[in-house]
Amino acid sequence: MARSIVSEIKRDHIHKLIADGKRVDGRAWDEFRNITIQTNVVETAEGSSRVKIGNTEVIVGVKMSVGEPFSDTPNRGVLSTNAELIPMASPTFESGPPDENSIELARVVDRGIRESQMIDLEKLCIEPGKKVWINFVDIYVLDFDGNLFDACSLGAVAAIKSAVVPAAANGLGEDYPMPITCTPVSVTSVQIENSILVDPTLDEEKVAAARLTVTTDDNGDLRAMQKGLRGALTLEQVKTSIETSRRLGSEIRKLIG
Amino acid sequence: MGGNSDMKLIDENGIRIDGRKVDELRPIKIEAGVLKSADGSAYVEIGKNKVLAAVYGPRECHPRHMQNPAKAIVQCKYNMISFSVSDRKRPGPDRRSVEISKLISEAMDYVVFTENYPRTSIDVYIEVLQANAGTRCAGLTAAAVALADAGIPMKDIIPAVAVGKVNDQVVLDLNKEEDNYGQADLPIAIIPRTGEVLLLQMDGHLTQEEFDKALDMGVKACQEIYELQKDALRRRYAIVNGEDEAKDEDQEMPEEA
Repeated sequence: MARSIVSEIKRDHIHKLIADGKRVDGRAWDEFRNITIQTNVVETAEGSSRVKIGNTEVIVGVKMSVGEPFSDTPNRGVLSTNAELIPMASPTFESGPPDENSIELARVVDRGIRESQMIDLEKLCIEPGKKVWINFVDIYVLDFDGNLFDACSLGAVAAIKSAVVPAAANGLGEDYPMPITCTPVSVTSVQIENSILVDPTLDEEKVAAARLTVTTDDNGDLRAMQKGLRGALTLEQVKTSIETSRRLGSEIRKLIG
Repeated sequence: MGGNSDMKLIDENGIRIDGRKVDELRPIKIEAGVLKSADGSAYVEIGKNKVLAAVYGPRECHPRHMQNPAKAIVQCKYNMISFSVSDRKRPGPDRRSVEISKLISEAMDYVVFTENYPRTSIDVYIEVLQANAGTRCAGLTAAAVALADAGIPMKDIIPAVAVGKVNDQVVLDLNKEEDNYGQADLPIAIIPRTGEVLLLQMDGHLTQEEFDKALDMGVKACQEIYELQKDALRRRYAIVNGEDEAKDEDQEMPEEA
C-alpha cells in the first residue's frame, strides 16, 4: 500500500520487539485483530457490508444491472471489482483515478472471488449471448490501518453473499438470492526479520520486506495468491503462510456465516 | 424538481408518506470521532441518508500555488459512493459534486479561523454512503461536527437542512419521493448563534410568502440540528473521559499501594 515514511525509531522498535518474539499490539504471529462484519448496511445496494479488522475499515456494495455478456462467455454473468482508496481513509491517499495500489488491490480481491467461482455466473445468464446480470463490486476504504487485502476481500465476499438479484425491478420475475457456491477467504502475512506475521497493521506493513496473500476455499484448497513488496520469501516462509492461511481461513469463514 | 405534482404526498390530515408532519425532521443520528486515521470525523444519519465526514489538517497545502500566505484554505470534497443510489453512479467527481464541494468549502471557510493557520490546507472529505434526498445538508452537518472533532477553532458549528414544497405546501426536510415529485427544494445552512446564512440554494417554484415560510422553517430546524451536533460532541468527549477514568481504575496507582 501507500509506502509512506516510517521513522527509524519506530522501525527499530518493531524490529526489536519481533526479535524478542513480540508484536507492537501484543498479538501472536498467527493472530488476527478483532474482526467485525455487518451486512445490509446500504439499502440502495443489492448487497453490502461494512467490515473492520482492527482499525482498518471498509464498506463494500454490490450493484447489479442487466447488460450484454462478453462475446467469449455468452452464457455467463459479468463480474467487475473496483477499489477506491479515498482520501478520507488516510493522509497518504489522494483523490483521482485509481493508482497502482488500488488496481492491485481490486484485482487480488477479484481473483479470489473469480477463481473460487464463488458466484455461479452461469445462473446469472438471462438470455445467452444477449442478456446477463452485470455485477459491480465496489469497495471503498474508509479507515486505513494495514491489511487492506483481507479487509476488502472479506467485505466483498460478505456483500456478495448478502446480495439479492433485483429481478422484479427489471421485469424478470421474482427477486432471488445471489447464486453462491463457496466462501473464499484471503489471509495475508508479511515477512519482517524473517518472521511471518499475519494481518499486519499499517506500521508493520511499512517495515515489512515481503507480503503474501493466500485465498482458500471451503475445502482449504488454494484459489488465489499474490506476493507483494520488494523483499523475498523463503520456500519455508511461503509454506508457513499457506498453512496459516488455510487454518485461519476456516475460522474466518465461520464469521461470514 | 420532478414535475408530477399530482402525486399525493400529503394526506388530508397533513401527514406525509413517511408519517411526518409538514414541519417535522426525519430521525437524526450524529456520532463524532468515528474514524481512526482522520484528525476529526463524524457520521450522520438523517432519515435514510447515511453520510461520513473526515477532516485532515491544518496540513501543508498541495499544490503549492494554492497556498495563501495569510490564511488556511478549506478544501471540501463531497462524493457519493457508487452504490449509494439506485442506479450505480460511476466513481469519481461529476459536475454536481464539484458544485456541492465548492459551496460547502465556502460555507466552512467562513466559520473557521483560517488566519490562525497560514499556508496550510484544511481538507474535508464527505462520503455519502446511502442517499435519500438532502445529502448536501447531511454532508455539511457531518463535516461541521468533524471539524469540531478535529479541534479546529471555529466561530460556530454549522447545521444544514432542506425545505421544500410538496402538494402546494411548504414542508421540512424532503425525503426522496418528495424531492423527486415535489415543487421546490431549498437547502440552507446557518450560523446558529448569529442567524447568518452560509448556504442557500433553491430550485423549483416558490412565492415570496412561501419562501419566507420556508426560510423560517429551515432556520428553526437548523437550531434543532445544532443541538444534536453539540450533543454528539459532548458524548464523544464524555466517552473519552470515561475510558480514561476506567483505565486509571484498572491500573494500580503507586500512591495507593
